[in-house]
Amino acid sequence: MQQTWVGGHQVPHPETATGLDHRKVLMWVFLGSECMFFGSLIATYLVYAGRSVVGPFPKEILDIPVTSVSTFVLLTSSLMMVLALAAISRGDVRGFRVWLLATALMGATFLGFQVFEFNHFVHQGLTPRTNLFGTTFFTLTGFHGAHVTVGVVWLLSLVGLSFRKGHVTQENSLKVELAGLYWHFVDIVWIVIFTLVYLIGVTTG
Amino acid sequence: MRVSLAQFLAAVAALVVLIGLVLAACTPSHPQSTFDASGPVAGMERNVFYWIFWAAVFVFVTVGGVLVYTFVRFRNGEGIPRQVHGNRRLEIAWTLAPAVVLAVVAVPMLLTLFRVSSPPAGEVAVNVKVVAHQWWWEVQYPDLDIVTANELHIPVGRVVDVTLTSNDVIHSFWVPKLGGKIDVIPTRTTSIWLKADKSGTYFGQCAEFCGISHGNMRFRVIAKPQAEFDAWAEAQRGPAAQVTGEAERGAQLFVAKGCLACHTIRGTLAMGKIGPDLTHVGGRTTIAAGLLDNTPEDLARWLRDPPEVKPGANMPNLKLSGEEVSALVAYLQALK
Amino acid sequence: MATIVQALRRPTSYTGWWSWVTTVDHKRIGILYGATAIIFLLLGGLEALIMRIQLARPDQTVVSPEVFNQLFTMHGTTMIFLAIMPLNAALFNFLVPLMIGAGDVAFPRLNAFSYWAFLGGGIILNLSWLLGGAPNAGWFGYANLTGTAFNPGHGIDWWVLGLQVLGIASLASAFNFIVTIINMRAPGMTLMRMPVFAWMTLVTSFIMIFAFPVITVALVELMFDRFLGTNFFVPSAGGDPLLWQHLFWIFGHPEVYILVLPPMGIISEVLPTFSRKPLFGYPVVVFSGIAIGFMGFGVWSHHMFTVGLGPVANSVFAITTMAIAIPTGVKIFNWIATMWGGSLNTKTALLFAVGFIFTFMMGGISGVMHSMASSDYQQQDTYFVVAHIHYVLFGGSLLALFAGAYYWFPKITGRLLHEGLGRLHFWLTIVALNVTFFPMHFLGLDGMPRRIYTYDPSMGWDLWNMVATIGAFMLAVSVLVFVFNLVTSLRRGERAGNDPWDGRTLEWTVPSPPPAHNFDTIPVVRSRDAFWEEKHRRAIAPVAGGSGRMDPGEEGGYRPGHDPRHSTIHMPSPSYLPVVVALGIVLAAYGLVYHLALAAVGGAIAVAGLYGWYMEPASEPEDTGQ
Repeated sequence: MQQTWVGGHQVPHPETATGLDHRKVLMWVFLGSECMFFGSLIATYLVYAGRSVVGPFPKEILDIPVTSVSTFVLLTSSLMMVLALAAISRGDVRGFRVWLLATALMGATFLGFQVFEFNHFVHQGLTPRTNLFGTTFFTLTGFHGAHVTVGVVWLLSLVGLSFRKGHVTQENSLKVELAGLYWHFVDIVWIVIFTLVYLIGVTTG
Repeated sequence: MRVSLAQFLAAVAALVVLIGLVLAACTPSHPQSTFDASGPVAGMERNVFYWIFWAAVFVFVTVGGVLVYTFVRFRNGEGIPRQVHGNRRLEIAWTLAPAVVLAVVAVPMLLTLFRVSSPPAGEVAVNVKVVAHQWWWEVQYPDLDIVTANELHIPVGRVVDVTLTSNDVIHSFWVPKLGGKIDVIPTRTTSIWLKADKSGTYFGQCAEFCGISHGNMRFRVIAKPQAEFDAWAEAQRGPAAQVTGEAERGAQLFVAKGCLACHTIRGTLAMGKIGPDLTHVGGRTTIAAGLLDNTPEDLARWLRDPPEVKPGANMPNLKLSGEEVSALVAYLQALK
Repeated sequence: MATIVQALRRPTSYTGWWSWVTTVDHKRIGILYGATAIIFLLLGGLEALIMRIQLARPDQTVVSPEVFNQLFTMHGTTMIFLAIMPLNAALFNFLVPLMIGAGDVAFPRLNAFSYWAFLGGGIILNLSWLLGGAPNAGWFGYANLTGTAFNPGHGIDWWVLGLQVLGIASLASAFNFIVTIINMRAPGMTLMRMPVFAWMTLVTSFIMIFAFPVITVALVELMFDRFLGTNFFVPSAGGDPLLWQHLFWIFGHPEVYILVLPPMGIISEVLPTFSRKPLFGYPVVVFSGIAIGFMGFGVWSHHMFTVGLGPVANSVFAITTMAIAIPTGVKIFNWIATMWGGSLNTKTALLFAVGFIFTFMMGGISGVMHSMASSDYQQQDTYFVVAHIHYVLFGGSLLALFAGAYYWFPKITGRLLHEGLGRLHFWLTIVALNVTFFPMHFLGLDGMPRRIYTYDPSMGWDLWNMVATIGAFMLAVSVLVFVFNLVTSLRRGERAGNDPWDGRTLEWTVPSPPPAHNFDTIPVVRSRDAFWEEKHRRAIAPVAGGSGRMDPGEEGGYRPGHDPRHSTIHMPSPSYLPVVVALGIVLAAYGLVYHLALAAVGGAIAVAGLYGWYMEPASEPEDTGQ
């Protein structure tokens, strides 16, 4: 019989038909559902691409070099996440804290760039009400930013919990693995958004 | 009790008779019956319906018959029956059978789909542009320089190409006896073609829910011989009739009460674009988007309180006195 | 905030009404779903009756057009989201863990949360009647009629927020059942040994997790348009009303299968039991269900044949739609073959199952008629469509749910429903259903559009409208007979025992009603229809290695405990937190309409509740009775 820790309490946990932990299956199913969520938002963006009645238009306002930097930071954070999971899996709580903190900080940096970008756009006269580009751009990237925010809070909570005995240990590294799955997913979504909205968007819009 | 084959066949025959009676129940005399197709578009669509209908009856009677027979024959059985888990040949057979039936009915459906989708090349005699409003229809003839409302006059036996767009929300343009419906969508232009085989008045109605008076958004298509159509078009092109007497007082009220802000009467000060063009309103068969006959009594009722007749109507209750109403009625009736 | 929540002592009571609020037992949650859904079903029926009175004769003024529009919007929304979906959920909850040999669902508290969020969504939708008017744009709420320019009141706000909360509930429940079915099957319960109802639950849950995010996005966009002034569906800014239709129907058509696949699962359970034969072509029936689930995502534009997509697009969607008739037909043939050669035990459950096949077939066939795009141009948005959806959802889903009710009521309550009343209910329903909905085919073909609040006497629609109204009242009587049967049988029904129907699946191995922990020992499954096979093994054919009993343990199945009352399987403990989180979400929804401060409070309650949830163990160590 496996043992599972929930909030510091040790409870027996019956074996499962697949051998996978319930929470891991849940996370995969959840991410499948999230694909449809972002898929619909991205589809809306693409349907409305180039159909704004008034400006500012994407190529006037999107700054590829700056966003490339924040994209690089976000993608690198996935590497940090892998290292954090590797550390906790071999029982290195200290290393785990360092790497996870680095992941969270990089996520926060990405968010900082996004706040700067949104603020800059508003000053340039682009708000969600301005035109279809504003409407779809802020909605799509805003929902992605919200996902990153949830991720950062999650990662920081794990760092915090690791200071309480028995909460984050080698035996229940699954907790870290789940956060990692989510974090990598959010990264992958950004790759799609960055490609479609920024790289291709400026050439067509 | 076992049911004999004869009893079973009798039951099936009764069912077929019943279906026949039911078909008869759809009397084509109804003003919006899809069975009484009076033009090629509606006719082709009805033929597809008959095709799929008889296929459906065949499938329903066959499968339903087997179901009833199975139930009756094996009901109240005793003991444990033979345990059958499946049969591969049967599975293949009854996967293929519906596929074949569907493939057969798909052929006329697809052919018709392409035929009704655009008018026969080179045969379009009249172009009409319809703009849907909450809750009435603006009808323009761009080539003939005519603007009217809620009535679409067409020459009989000629192909009419209708392009449609909406001024506010989604509506759907539908004249059942002449053809299926086409949605009328803001930001988009859709089109449909119509042809009436015989003269007459064909009823139409908005078919897409469009707000409070969706049920009150009706219109008519009036098909007439080419000569009469030409005469009608000639009359429509002209400015509004000159009026005298009580009607003239009505004309002054039309300005004084602000009607001109929303309505156009060509040849006068009235150039509003919000409501229907009234230049020749006296010649129309109905008012208020097909809700009322164009009689002095009904027109007076409309003028006294439009939202009472058509809930949600943009035209307000102007609290007109009885005299004012009758003067306006006289004026509008005179605008033949 | 979180400490306050934590400071509240964990509920410990397993009796009394408060224990129903804090319960995490899948069976009790199933009963809550069922009871709530029946109340909403009656409410939706009442709305239908008022509309039928208004339409019985031409030019009536029983209700105003505005109220009529609210009635049909709420009738559709209620029946789909608050009656049929939760009735399905009631059976998922009560039965699936029992059928697959599990002690509970994978996430019991998440399951409780699903119910409370569902109730919250239902309340948001229905309280709108009292808060300035119900939603009034139809159950598929086409843009741009739902924009503030044409719909300034709060009705649409309640519709959007209610559906969002219901979406959260549905997604949570779908996640839960996928994990439960994948992960919690008893030893030996391979996927291809699962009861078809469990299979259809799994397929339906997968449809839900892929379809609901799409409607969530559509509703978010509408919500932003209404609350923030964005331009998603604003034509003057270039917004395209058709985007809503695409997004809505990419959700909306799979939704039809969310409503009808679980009922197909019910039929696949009832027919074998009452024919005393295994389901004919089990793998084919299962794969047909999966195929329907997949194909359901590829047909959405048949709801949009008249928007002018052109003949090529219409042809494609016509053909994909027709193709769905094939797996559906295959199911029907296998059901009939299941009865063929059987010893039919003609109880009410079987009558409803056979009635289901009949009327569902009619709905399916009129569905194929709609797939014929070129004749659908005439039928689209008429009463022909109204007839079709009611044959599918009443003649289909609801009849199957009635069959399920007669079949499983004894398992749920320990008492049988009254058979005589059941037969009366069945015949009344079958007659009334056809009297109500069949004439609507004629009305549609005679040119009556749907959603008109009145019509002119000259249209010739009076007769069949009157007949439909009479049928609707007969239908109301039949539903009251059912409710009467439920209420009286609950107290005075005949005792059922464990296995009143010579059942085939694991739920019939346990007492009726089942104990909180379901199974004293987790069963070991050796075949499809495991219970029936083991009961009748000697009567049919000897199977090597059979023990003849459902008792596991003898053959290496694990036995987690000896005395069930002191099982080392921890039963999940009751919890306040699911209710707290659901309450927070509902408050936040009201806050979005009335005051952002309230929304913030609601959000804080939900977050605090989630934190407490995370920190609270699923079962208390001291709660195991050691």
